[in-house]
Amino acid sequence: MEILLSQLFNGLSGGSILLLAALGLALTFGQMGVINMAHGEFIMAGAYTAFVVQNLLGDAGLSLLVSLPAAFVVGGLLGLALEALLLRRMYHRPLDTLLVTFGVSLVLQQLARDVFGTAGVDVAAPEWLSGPVEVFGVAFPKTRLFILVLAIVAVVVLSALLAFTPLGRRIRATVQNRSLAESSGISTRRTDRITFFVGSGLAGVAGVALTLMGSISSNLGTNYIVDAFLVVVVGGVGQIKGAVIAAFVLGVAQSWIEYSTTASIAKVVVLALIVAFLQARPQGIFVVRTRSLV
Amino acid sequence: MNLKSFLTNRWAVAAGFAVAAVLLLVVAPALLSSFRLGLLGKYLCYAMVAVGIGLAWGRGGMLVLGQGVFFGLGAYIMAMHLKLADAPPSTGVPDFMALISSDGVPVWWEPFRSGVVTLIAIVVVPTAVAVLLGLATFRRRVRGAYFAILSQALAAAFAILLIGNPRSTGGSTGLNNFKGFFGFSLRDPANRMTLYVIAVVALLAMVAVARQLMVSRYGELLVACRDAEERVRFLGYDPAAIKTFAYAVAAVMAGVAGALFVPIVGIVSPNDVGIVPSIGLLIGVAIGGRTTLLGPVLGAIAVAWAETSLSERFPSGWTYAQGLLFMLVVAFLPGGLASLRPIVRGWRERLRPSHTADSAPVPSLSGSSR
Amino acid sequence: MNISLARRLVAVATVSAMGLLVGCGARVSDDPSTGAAGAGCVDTSGSSVKIGFLNSRSGTMAISENTVYNSLKLAADQINAAGGVAGKQLAIVAEDGASEPTTFAEKAEKLIRGDCVAAVFGGWTSSSRKAMLPVFESNNALLFYPVQYEGLESSKNIFYTGATTNQQIVPALDYLKEKGAKSLFLVGSDYVFPQTANKIIKAYAKANGIEVKGEEYAPLGHTDFSTIVSKVKAADADAVFNTLNGDSNVAFFKEYKNAGLTADAMPVLSVSIAEEEVGGIGVGNIVGQPVAWNYYQTIDSAQNKKFVADFKAAYGPTKVTSDPMEAAYTSLYLWKGMVEKAKSFAVADIQKAAGGVTFDAPEGKVTVNGENHHIAKTALIGKIGQDGLIHTDWTSGKPIEPDPYLKSYPWATGLSG
Repeated sequence: MEILLSQLFNGLSGGSILLLAALGLALTFGQMGVINMAHGEFIMAGAYTAFVVQNLLGDAGLSLLVSLPAAFVVGGLLGLALEALLLRRMYHRPLDTLLVTFGVSLVLQQLARDVFGTAGVDVAAPEWLSGPVEVFGVAFPKTRLFILVLAIVAVVVLSALLAFTPLGRRIRATVQNRSLAESSGISTRRTDRITFFVGSGLAGVAGVALTLMGSISSNLGTNYIVDAFLVVVVGGVGQIKGAVIAAFVLGVAQSWIEYSTTASIAKVVVLALIVAFLQARPQGIFVVRTRSLV
Repeated sequence: MNLKSFLTNRWAVAAGFAVAAVLLLVVAPALLSSFRLGLLGKYLCYAMVAVGIGLAWGRGGMLVLGQGVFFGLGAYIMAMHLKLADAPPSTGVPDFMALISSDGVPVWWEPFRSGVVTLIAIVVVPTAVAVLLGLATFRRRVRGAYFAILSQALAAAFAILLIGNPRSTGGSTGLNNFKGFFGFSLRDPANRMTLYVIAVVALLAMVAVARQLMVSRYGELLVACRDAEERVRFLGYDPAAIKTFAYAVAAVMAGVAGALFVPIVGIVSPNDVGIVPSIGLLIGVAIGGRTTLLGPVLGAIAVAWAETSLSERFPSGWTYAQGLLFMLVVAFLPGGLASLRPIVRGWRERLRPSHTADSAPVPSLSGSSR
Repeated sequence: MNISLARRLVAVATVSAMGLLVGCGARVSDDPSTGAAGAGCVDTSGSSVKIGFLNSRSGTMAISENTVYNSLKLAADQINAAGGVAGKQLAIVAEDGASEPTTFAEKAEKLIRGDCVAAVFGGWTSSSRKAMLPVFESNNALLFYPVQYEGLESSKNIFYTGATTNQQIVPALDYLKEKGAKSLFLVGSDYVFPQTANKIIKAYAKANGIEVKGEEYAPLGHTDFSTIVSKVKAADADAVFNTLNGDSNVAFFKEYKNAGLTADAMPVLSVSIAEEEVGGIGVGNIVGQPVAWNYYQTIDSAQNKKFVADFKAAYGPTKVTSDPMEAAYTSLYLWKGMVEKAKSFAVADIQKAAGGVTFDAPEGKVTVNGENHHIAKTALIGKIGQDGLIHTDWTSGKPIEPDPYLKSYPWATGLSG
C-alpha cells in the first residue's frame, strides 16, 4: 500500500516535470507547428538563470522566488530572438525548423560550456523545501510537491490566458484559421511573437524547477526534449488538456514499469506503448477538427 | 547543362561515374597515407547513408531522423558475425562476453555465426523494420512532424537498448577489436585496401540505384507525394506504398553502410547510432543539396572531412561550426550549395547585357526546386 | 538501357574488388599474432620527442577529462622546465576524444600513425579504453590510462596508473564491513564499470556474510531517481554502494536527501565522486558521505602540497585536485622514469624496463608492477567535509599490490571467466 502510494506519487511527480517541460512546446509546436529542438536549451537557460540569481542574492528561498519570473523572461527573450532571426521565415517549412533549431541547440549548449564551464553547477534548495512530508507513513519530498504545484499553477494560468483574455482569443483564432484571423484585423505576426515568448518563457520556468531535482549542466535540455515532444504528440496538437493528460499518464506508466523492471526497460516499453497508441489514434488524445486536408 | 539533362544523358552519366571511380580508386590511394585513406573509407560509409537520406528526405519529403537505427542494425549485425568468427573455437564465446558473464552466447546471436545469414540479414533486417514502420505510420497518415519525432524517439530507444544490455551488445563500449573479416586479416594493409575498394564500389552502386529511381516514373511519383500527397491519392496511387519503398531503400543503404563501417573503422558503439549522430547525418545532405543526386554524397564527405580536421585544431570549434551550418544552411539556403549554381548562372547572365531578356529564371529557394 | 549501363558498371567493379580480396590479402590464420604494423615511426633524432594527450575536450565527459588534460599539461611543462626526458623536450600533440569511443579509437590511430608519438596519455571511461586497446595492441604503441577502473584486464601496451578493483572497491568493502554493515544496496549506471564492480561486490558479500538487498541500474544520463530511491528506502540496507556516473550522481543525491535519507542512517559509499564533482552535486547534499580513492587534495605531504600549489598557480586558486588528475600527473613522470631507466624511447625497451620504476607521487610512493602494468597504490577512504574537500577517514596503511584479476582473493575465483 505504501509502495503503491509512493509510486503513484513518483509517477505524478515525474509527470509534472514532463508537463512543465512540454507545456511551452504545446504552445509553440502545438499551436504554431514549429518543432523547436532548442526548447531544451531554453530549459537549460532557465536553470542557469536560477544559478546566476542565487549567486547574486545568496538567500536560497528568496532567489527561488525571484528566479521563476526572471527565468520566464530569459527563456522568453531567447524565444523571441529565435523567432525573429530564424523561424519567422520558415513557417511554411515546419520540418526544416527542426534542423535549424537543432543547430541553435548545439550552439547554445557549447556556449553554456564556454560561459559556465563544463562542470555542473549547484543551485541550493531553500530550507523550507528540504526533506520530506510524511503522510500515512509515506514520505513525499517537498521539492517534488513544489514542482507538482508549480505545474498545476502554470496549466491553470495558461488555460485562463487562452480562454478568457483578448490575447488568448487572438492566439486561438490564429491557430484555427490564420488567414481568416488576419482578415479580421488580428496582427498574426504580433500574435506569433507573443505565443513564442510565452511558450519559451515556460521552458525557462521548467528549468528553475529542474534545479531542485538534478544537475545543472549544458546537456540538461537534451535529457528532456524528446520526452517533451512525445507528450505533445500523444496529447494531440492544439490543446493544453491533451498535454496534461499525456504527461501524467506517461509519468505514472514510466514509474510503475520502472518499479517492476529497470529504468532502461521502462523507457523502451513506454516508447513502444506510444507508437502503438499512435497507431490507434494518430492525432493524439484530443483532435482539433479543421476542414483542411493537411 | 542542368540536372535533368545530366540525369538522363547516359554518356554524361558514364563519364561522371568514370571520373568518380578514378578519383576514388586511383588518385586518393596514391595521395593519402593508409591512415587517411581509412578515414576516407569511413566518410564513404556516411556518404552511403546520405544517398538514402537524399532519396527519402529530399525526394520523398520524409524527414528521416532515425537513420542511425538502420546504420546501427547493419553495423551490429556485421559486428556480431565478426565477433563470433573471432571467438576461440574451443568455447565459441566472444572475448567481451566471456569477460562480463558466464552465460555463453545469447540465442539470437547464433544465426550470425553464418556469413551468408549475416549478409542476408544486413539487407533484410533494415528493410523489414523500415517497411513495418513505414506502413504503420504512413498508412495512418501520420503527419510529417510526427514521423520525424517518432523516428527520433526510435533512435533514442535503440541506443538505450544497446547500452542497457552490455552482456549481449557490449553496452556503451559497443563492439570492437575485430581480427578478421570473412577469414581475411584486418591487420593486413592489402585487406584494408580491399575494404576501401568495396566501400567505393558500394557507394557508386548506390548512387547508380538512386539515379535510376530518380529518373524513373517512380521517382516522379515520389516527388509528387512530397509536394501534394492528397492529389497523388486522388489520382488512385497509394502514397503510403510509394513512401515506404523510398524509406526502405534508404534503410538498406544505411544498413550496408553500417556493415562496411564496422570492418573499416574497427568499432561500432551506441554513440554512432543515437539521436545526435542520426541528425548529424542530415547536415551533409542539407549542405550538399537534399534534392540533388550528388549533393548529399559530396556534402556528407565534405562535412565528415571538415569535422575531422576542425576537431584536430579546435576541440570545441566543431560544435559551433556544426550548429551554425544547420542554422544558416537550412534557414537561408534550403536547396544547399547545389542551389547556388543557378543563382551564380543567373548573375553571370545578368552581367551580360545582351542576354538580359532571356535570363534564366532563378529557381525559388524552397526545397522543391531542382 | 540506363539500367543495363549501371548494372554493368556495378558488376565490373564488384568482380574486380573480389579479385583483389582473394588475390593478395593475408588470411587470419597466417597473421602473426604480434601485428604487422608494429614497426613504429617515432622520431627521436632531434632535441624533442612527441607525446600525445587524448582527452575528451568536448561532449559529456569534457567535465572530467579537461581536468586530466590540465594536470598532464602541468606535468609536461614541469618536466620540460627541468630539462625534459632523457635530455629531450616534450612536444605535445593534443587530440579531442569527444566523449565517443569511436572518436577515441580514430584519434589514437591518428596519434600513433599520423603524428608518430612516443606514448599516448589519456582516456577516462572504460568504453574509451576498451575502444583504444586494439589500436594500441595492433600498432604496438603505449597508452597511459589514469583512471580507476573495473579490472579484469591487463594489456602489455597499456599502463594503468589509476586503481584497479583490489585497490579501491575491495578496500571500500573492507571498510564498510569494519563499520558493521551487514547488508548493502547497489546503485549504478548501466554500463561496464558498475556491472563488473557489482559482480565483484556480490562475490565479496557472499563470502563475508553480507546480504545484497537490491541492485539497480540507471541509464547513463538518467535524471529521475524517485523510483530507485524509493526502492533503496524500502530495502533499508545498512549502506548503499554507489557506482553511478556523472550527472546522475547529482540527481541521485538530491533525491536521496529529499527523501529524508542521511549519511548517518544509510551511508552511500561512492567510487566515482571526487573533489571536482562535489561542487556540482552541492556540498549540502552529500556532506558526510564516504568515498573511496587513492588520493585526496587534503593529503598532508610535501609532494602533495607542491602539486596542489603548482596546480592552483597554473589554473587558478579556486581549482581543486582529484585522484584521476593526480594519477595522470603521476603517469607522465612514471613514463619519464621508464624511458630514463631503459635509455630508450622504444616500446619494447620501455616494457622491459617498466617493472620496479617508482615515483614519489602526491599520493605517496608508487611502484610499477612489470607483470600486469598497474601500479601499487595506497587505498584511502575519505569523507566529504563541509569545505567541499575530502578528508581521509581510513587507510590501508601501505601500498596494495595491483591484482587486476583478483587472483589472490579466494572468494573471487570464477570472476575472471
